[in-house]
Amino acid sequence: MRFYEYESKALFRRHRLPLGPGQRVNSAAEARQAFGEIGGPVVLKSQVLSGGRMKAGAVKFAESADEAAEHFQSIMPIVVQGESARSVLVERKSAVAQEYFVAITWDGRAKKPVLVFSDMGGIDIEEVAETHPEHVSKTHFSSILPLSPRIAKEAVGAAGVTGAALNRLTPIVFELMKIFLAYDLTLAEINPLARLEDGSFVVLDGHVDMEAEARGNHKKLLEELGIGEDETRQARPPTDFELAGARVNAVDHRGVAGNVVEFDGNLGLVIGAGGGSLTLFDAVRQHGGRPANYCEIGGNPSVKKAEALTQLILSKPGVEKLAVMMNVVSNTRVDIVARGVIKGCIAAGRDPAETIAIFRIPGSWEDEGFKILRKYGVEYCDRSVSMHDAAGRAVAKIS
Amino acid sequence: MPGLFIDVKVDPEVAKDAGIAAKLEEVCPVGIFVAAASGVEIDEQNLDECVLCDLCIEAAPKNGVRVIKLYES
Repeated sequence: MRFYEYESKALFRRHRLPLGPGQRVNSAAEARQAFGEIGGPVVLKSQVLSGGRMKAGAVKFAESADEAAEHFQSIMPIVVQGESARSVLVERKSAVAQEYFVAITWDGRAKKPVLVFSDMGGIDIEEVAETHPEHVSKTHFSSILPLSPRIAKEAVGAAGVTGAALNRLTPIVFELMKIFLAYDLTLAEINPLARLEDGSFVVLDGHVDMEAEARGNHKKLLEELGIGEDETRQARPPTDFELAGARVNAVDHRGVAGNVVEFDGNLGLVIGAGGGSLTLFDAVRQHGGRPANYCEIGGNPSVKKAEALTQLILSKPGVEKLAVMMNVVSNTRVDIVARGVIKGCIAAGRDPAETIAIFRIPGSWEDEGFKILRKYGVEYCDRSVSMHDAAGRAVAKIS
Repeated sequence: MPGLFIDVKVDPEVAKDAGIAAKLEEVCPVGIFVAAASGVEIDEQNLDECVLCDLCIEAAPKNGVRVIKLYES
């Protein structure tokens, strides 16, 4: 879940990261007033979740209060990568001597956070990494062991920074590492982090992404930042189908049958377990199948939940068949999911044997589950059939 | 609506016992049994949620409660 820049900075401010004076404004009059209070040249920045503001003309500099008001009026209507501005952030224009880049994200391969630092900030870091790799350092650190400023210092030093800049940057980078872990972030980025002409440092732009599943752990912070529970912050607004999926998952506390994403295919998917959703979705596409949806089930959802999810997917126009596939399950019970999907088919007025192209959920209580599937004539397979092959069987029944 | 997969039969004599009714309501993890004024009642909406834990069978006198897998018949 992405934070707006003003929210990211509010979080940074709590942790005493160096920020210049700034105000979020919602009218030309407020922009004019902000200019006066900040005192001097300012930068006005559209508050959108997407990147590319500068290219879109949604970042402008003002030398006077009148100019600040004019820029507010011209920035607000600009749509940046399909997104309208929520408001405008007015900040002091800084006299920058050098710009740095610092970001922490999660490295899925290393299964650790990775700190990326460069003394060539303000521009695309991927480009810097290609053209000037000696100016970019990548440092992994543990999310379990105690953090040490030494890690931050080594990362900054590895990009060639020395002397006073190294000493001043280290605590800033170290604080960002702590923020990343404390708030279950998937991205904490400052770009640019500027060294001003007087030698001090200031955060000019910042981005924060919080793991969506961790929202419940940070309710107080989100409330204080004004981020409502209904703000999904997804790349696009959820469809009615996806909202209905969220309601299915909220039916009761048992397990998960949600995270539904709508696609325009003809094969409905009830998928999940230990990364199984992504694997199976990709497998269906590899076989030339067209998924009607993505979803995640696991954690032993109730029969009612599995039933409601199945019924929802089958209610989508154009869905010909359903593939019910999971990785090997341990806490999710095969028989419970089997009951749910069969009930869902029947509730949708569909014959389970005709509708379920394949049922591939091996694991806990599979013998009981297979008895149910046999009773209703549903094709099933155990773990001797790979997820990839099961997806192929499902696709073959449609095409 | 009765269960599609599971049915539960309670012996009529056992069903009248308020003590057993309360015990059945307490032990069932999915809310199939309701301790009503008249004794044990079955919430049919929850029958298919049965996880086959047998706690109800253990809580009742011998043969007092039977859990029937309809898909085996």
